[in-house]
Amino acid sequence: MSDASGETRDLTMSRAMVSAIAHEMRENDEVFYMGEDVADYGGIFDSTEGLREEFGYDRVMDVPISETAYLGAAVGAAQEGMRPIAELMFVDFFGVAMDQIYNQMAKNTYMSGGNVSVPMVLTAAVGGTYNDAAQHSQTLYGTFAHVPGLKVVVPSTAYEAKGLMHNAIRDDDPVLYMFHKRLMGIGWLPAPDGPKTPVPQTDYTIPFGSADVKRDGDDVTIVTLGLHVHRALEAAADLADDGIDAEVVDLRSLVPLDTDTIVESVEKTGNLVVVDEDYRSYGVTGEIVASVADEALAALDSVERVALPDVPIPYSRPMENEVVPDVDDIAAAVRRTQ
Amino acid sequence: MYENMVTARHYEERLQEEYLEGKQPAFDISAGPIPGELHLAAGQEAAAAGVCQHLRDDDAVTAPHRPHHVAIAKGVDLQRMTAEIFGRQTGLGKGKGGHMHLFDPEVHFACSGIIAEGCPPAAGAGLAAKKRNEDSVAVAYLGEGAIDQGAFLESLNFAAVFDLPVVFVIEDNDWAISMPKERVTDVENGANRADGFEMPGVRVDADDAVEIYEVAGEAIGRARDRNGPTVLEVQVHRRMGHFMGDPQTYRPEADQDAALARDSIERLEADLRDYGVDDETMESIREESHERVEAAIAWAKEQPKPDPADAYEDMFVNPPSGVTDSEPDFDVAGGDD
Ligand SMILES: Cc1ncc(C[n+]2csc(CCOP(=O)(O)OP(=O)(O)O)c2C)c(N)n1
Repeated sequence: MSDASGETRDLTMSRAMVSAIAHEMRENDEVFYMGEDVADYGGIFDSTEGLREEFGYDRVMDVPISETAYLGAAVGAAQEGMRPIAELMFVDFFGVAMDQIYNQMAKNTYMSGGNVSVPMVLTAAVGGTYNDAAQHSQTLYGTFAHVPGLKVVVPSTAYEAKGLMHNAIRDDDPVLYMFHKRLMGIGWLPAPDGPKTPVPQTDYTIPFGSADVKRDGDDVTIVTLGLHVHRALEAAADLADDGIDAEVVDLRSLVPLDTDTIVESVEKTGNLVVVDEDYRSYGVTGEIVASVADEALAALDSVERVALPDVPIPYSRPMENEVVPDVDDIAAAVRRTQ
Repeated sequence: MYENMVTARHYEERLQEEYLEGKQPAFDISAGPIPGELHLAAGQEAAAAGVCQHLRDDDAVTAPHRPHHVAIAKGVDLQRMTAEIFGRQTGLGKGKGGHMHLFDPEVHFACSGIIAEGCPPAAGAGLAAKKRNEDSVAVAYLGEGAIDQGAFLESLNFAAVFDLPVVFVIEDNDWAISMPKERVTDVENGANRADGFEMPGVRVDADDAVEIYEVAGEAIGRARDRNGPTVLEVQVHRRMGHFMGDPQTYRPEADQDAALARDSIERLEADLRDYGVDDETMESIREESHERVEAAIAWAKEQPKPDPADAYEDMFVNPPSGVTDSEPDFDVAGGDD
């Protein structure tokens, strides 16, 4: 990690993201931001608040509602050496531009034998927990981590949001930066306490593929990301009252995946609980369990997966609460390992 | 038409009140009796009433994220729609879909919250009618912001090539969330998009229900007579924010004032007076519609909330063996509402 010392201030996750973007835009004229409602609105999730005021419409571009065109245009501009950041307002809208993401952005480097690079960032809001139903609540981590060629990062706090964003913009490959709406600190979607953290004033990078142990523990390893880092920490605090000492690993990136940190933790605790807000089947939880089984099968005493059961996200609160993992679900899974 | 318009307006005023409950002082979208986002269509009623007045139950309508006025004009079951918006078990989608995803197969009404994605299914409904040799038609509603989307343009071509009985209705309210029309398109008249597909494109400039009714009648008649698709753009006004809670800081006050000054309902009232309809008649229509709205809301609020376990049902109408329809095959905790 590059230097992250010096003065800090407490920021919401959205402010931290924006401060990294603004820094990179000041340093490099090739960086620009495109998306719907990113200029005057400042991003529906405050992801670009204040950027248009500083950089103007040329570098903070509101675009027509045509994701294929502007996400594809980001690919094209990136291939010309610019460093676009393109925002997909809700990750759920990926489908209308799937080819540009899945076949162009992700694969052009490989198909060109490494001769073409696509140094762009695709930011997208993810996550449910606010009753917006099946087309506006998905996380879809697995969908994007599944296709080869995309780096996928998921901040859980303001500190991560800034460091990962600096790294994402400087990276020469396409990066999908997936931020959870519930963590941003916006007025109409109150965040839990955790994501607002001290953030260094200076720039610093968090390298991809470096998971962070957010809580040390001896009895069980909880591996998770995004919003569910905070839920896992809360569950760990509850479990501590019952004498169960949980370690919480925040993945921070899915591609690359820091298997070493996970394996090291499981070798210490013997028990693995993977928590994910994405669909259960063919997803993140299965991938992590399989990776640990590959490398440290002997160390595994028990495994639990906590994820979205394989249903679209329902609108009505009792049903959404049922399917989205909460603190009790995580604690119950941990207890089953003991 | 008048009845549909005043019903829609009053309905949304009441939803707004209900929605705000429990959300103040800090606006929390996930608090209060109505879950999720809420996009209201106040100011756009004429687009719904003027077009749907020509439709039968077997004509299909696809609506976007701002659907209530269209649903009301199409004759969607108001009580069950309201129960859906309140997230209740007896709602149209048993509480699974919510306000942006209303489905009422009885009157062939469907919705999607993804921009322009109702256009291809509308073309599909038209295709079905054509293949079966029926004279039903399909109408796809979308906003002026949505007409830049591939799904719309591809559907125009598809409908044109196969001469499908489809009318694409663009509700031009000048704004796509915070983006004013002139900043995202060089085409002032969205109906001109039709030109590239050799189909009629018509625009009604004033949000005038009577004129919309007349022009829509021609378009729908053309479709019913198997003379192919039409694009119809109608000017409407967004009286409120894009969604409840939208602070609209991007919007010039003059624009907001202009939207409020130009009310299609008042305009229709003036027209009706000219036609000799007296104020008492209009008042009684308003009163009846208010009663209907109040009854729907009262009914909806009495309806049971879904059981948490209902979440696992309805994934398939024909659950494959190995998939238990009602219970997950692993432990579930939670459901703490
Ligand atoms: C594919 C897709 N992109 C973006 C959005 C987010 N979004 C929802 S409504 C909206 C604006 C739509 O504007 P318009 O079509 O003019 O309809 P209006 O809201 O004005 O009725 C946007 C960008 C979405 N739902 N789907």
